[in-house]
Amino acid sequence: MIEFKLPSLGADMDEGTLLAWHIKPGDTVKRGQVVAVVDTSKAAVDVEIWSEGVVHELLVPVGAKVPVNTVLATLLAPGEAAPAPVPSGALQAGTAVVPLRRAVSPSARRRAKELGIDPDTLAGTGAQGSVTLADVEAAARSPAPVAAVAPAQVDATGAAAGAAPAPDRQVDMRKAIAAAMSRSKREIPHYYLAETIPMKNALAWLQQRNAGLPITERILTAALLLKAVAAALRRAPELNGFYRDEKFQPSAAVHAGVAISLRGGGLVAPALHDVGAKPLAQLMRELADLVKRARAGSLRSSEMSDPTITITNLGEQSVQSVFGVIYPPQVALVGFGSIAEQPWVDAGQLCAQPLLCATLAADHRASDGHRGALFLAELRELLQEPQALAGDPS
Amino acid sequence: MGRRISYREALREALRDALQSDPRVFLMGEDVGCYGGTYAVSKGLLEEFGPERIRDTPLSELGFVGAGIGAALGGMRPIVEIMTVNFSLLALDPIVNSAAMLHHMSGGQFSVPLVIRMATGAGRQVAAQHSNSFEGWYAHVPGLRVLSPATVEDARGMLKAALADPDPVLIFEHAQLYNSEGELPVDETLPVDIASARVHRGGTDVSLITHGGSLPKALQAAGQLAEQGISAEVIDLRVLRPLDDATIMASVRKCRRAVLVDEGWRSGSLAAEVMARISEQAFFDLDAPLARVCSEEVPIPYARHMEEAALPQVSKIVAAVQAVMGASV
Repeated sequence: MIEFKLPSLGADMDEGTLLAWHIKPGDTVKRGQVVAVVDTSKAAVDVEIWSEGVVHELLVPVGAKVPVNTVLATLLAPGEAAPAPVPSGALQAGTAVVPLRRAVSPSARRRAKELGIDPDTLAGTGAQGSVTLADVEAAARSPAPVAAVAPAQVDATGAAAGAAPAPDRQVDMRKAIAAAMSRSKREIPHYYLAETIPMKNALAWLQQRNAGLPITERILTAALLLKAVAAALRRAPELNGFYRDEKFQPSAAVHAGVAISLRGGGLVAPALHDVGAKPLAQLMRELADLVKRARAGSLRSSEMSDPTITITNLGEQSVQSVFGVIYPPQVALVGFGSIAEQPWVDAGQLCAQPLLCATLAADHRASDGHRGALFLAELRELLQEPQALAGDPS
Repeated sequence: MGRRISYREALREALRDALQSDPRVFLMGEDVGCYGGTYAVSKGLLEEFGPERIRDTPLSELGFVGAGIGAALGGMRPIVEIMTVNFSLLALDPIVNSAAMLHHMSGGQFSVPLVIRMATGAGRQVAAQHSNSFEGWYAHVPGLRVLSPATVEDARGMLKAALADPDPVLIFEHAQLYNSEGELPVDETLPVDIASARVHRGGTDVSLITHGGSLPKALQAAGQLAEQGISAEVIDLRVLRPLDDATIMASVRKCRRAVLVDEGWRSGSLAAEVMARISEQAFFDLDAPLARVCSEEVPIPYARHMEEAALPQVSKIVAAVQAVMGASV
């Protein structure tokens, strides 16, 4: 009896989904014949067989996801007689693959849903490291997980503006950040891209637009960047959404998680909803409001739970670039460094030009570097024509 | 509270009370008369009530349990003592196929108002064939009511309620409990209810659900856990069939964790049944996997250290609770 096993179709492949069988029991197969189609999550691959024989039994049904080296089918070698039939069922059951799932107790999962918290991001203190009801309620009380990236978890009784959070809350936040970021680095295959964006046009346009306006109506660069990210995501929907249940779930709207540092330490990244659909002036008002409320600890549950991508801006600290850690289950994080005048070659001429380094950290399960590069190029181009971004809902 | 009394004395007083108050009541079984009962429960009753009502029987469980069923059908209120649950296997047919089913098979024409008492459990170095805990098997059978008195109050009060039941009732007396002592309620002649479980000790972190001879162990474990800051609620099931789901679920919903303590073997045990019900009825209230402390799946050994290792012990209960609490304490 010959066993036909799922081959590894790349160093990073540890499982594949059977998309189709091209053979059936009784067929004679030859070396090199394409017998099945397997999705490796990168591509649908025609899988060849390297043995000759007669197909005896197909062991894996179409649609099943199985680890590399799983026996997909058995063949009879030329001249071999078929064995006595064995009860089926056990074989098939053995091939079922259960995706790994974070241990969250039933009561914790229910409460987390009520509170709009993703329990997968919390540190567990229960049996076998599971997340318990108490863990969820502690997270709901603390002002928030999150690292350079993370949806906010702030309640209405959170720290007043300017007040340092209590030490245990700091500890809780650190634990929450640790859990989320550890999970991210454990589970998400990050890739990173960077692009230098000339900002002369954008800054000039902002200066012109803000001239003569009262401070409260001026547009900050940060708002324009958010708008540009949302517009550029139309070219790269694979960067906007969630990776859940072993697959990417795109989001139609862009809910930008805006990383906001808290005065007492730590960060939140609450969502600015539907960035693509809002005019720039409205976005600016909402951004100012969001930052104010985040620091006052009065975020809304919807803002806490549903960012579809995170945007972090460390320009104020005058770092050049930031390569972020993706906040699960999101699949991408866009980072902006400081805008500074630097040498730049334009049409063969060396000149000084304000430059911005934009980076992308993205989940390779959901997108590829090529798509990420298209996104950053689109972002660069959009920022060359800022007036087009300003008014029209995109 | 009232008088302090032993479990054995409580059982004897309940028997005397029943014999005095109802002429249809009689006791029969091996050595219940002249010898005073293998566990000395019926000591003195032969002298007091005479051989018509305290009847020694031949060594034939099949015969005297069947006779008890016939007497019950004939209008008497027999109390049959089987020396231990181990020997009740010889009477499985009359208990299951006759006593439990006649009401159904006769279309409701016949009831079998029979009470069967027997000792159960291990822990006294009497070896495998005398150390079984089969009360969970009987709790599988529709038509039976299965009681497990763990306190002197229940030892005193359950018999009266069982005799008032028109259908067969089995009473399991754990052999380790006969010498235990406790206080009776002030009005000690009142029957107790034989429908509900009882919260024996209140708590908030974990439900320790047990019955019979394991109750003292669970209570001792709860005391040790309290010193570690874990608040265990101890539930005495008392009635193994029908199970009091409401009391169990109310406790589990509060504590969100449950550990079963059952001297039966774990596979197919009463503990397994209670865990299944919790999964069915309180799944979304759980904060940890359910756990149980049962007997090891071996014939109960004779050697003392081996027997102790095979049975649920306080240390095992404490460890099981710590495991379901995780790092949250």
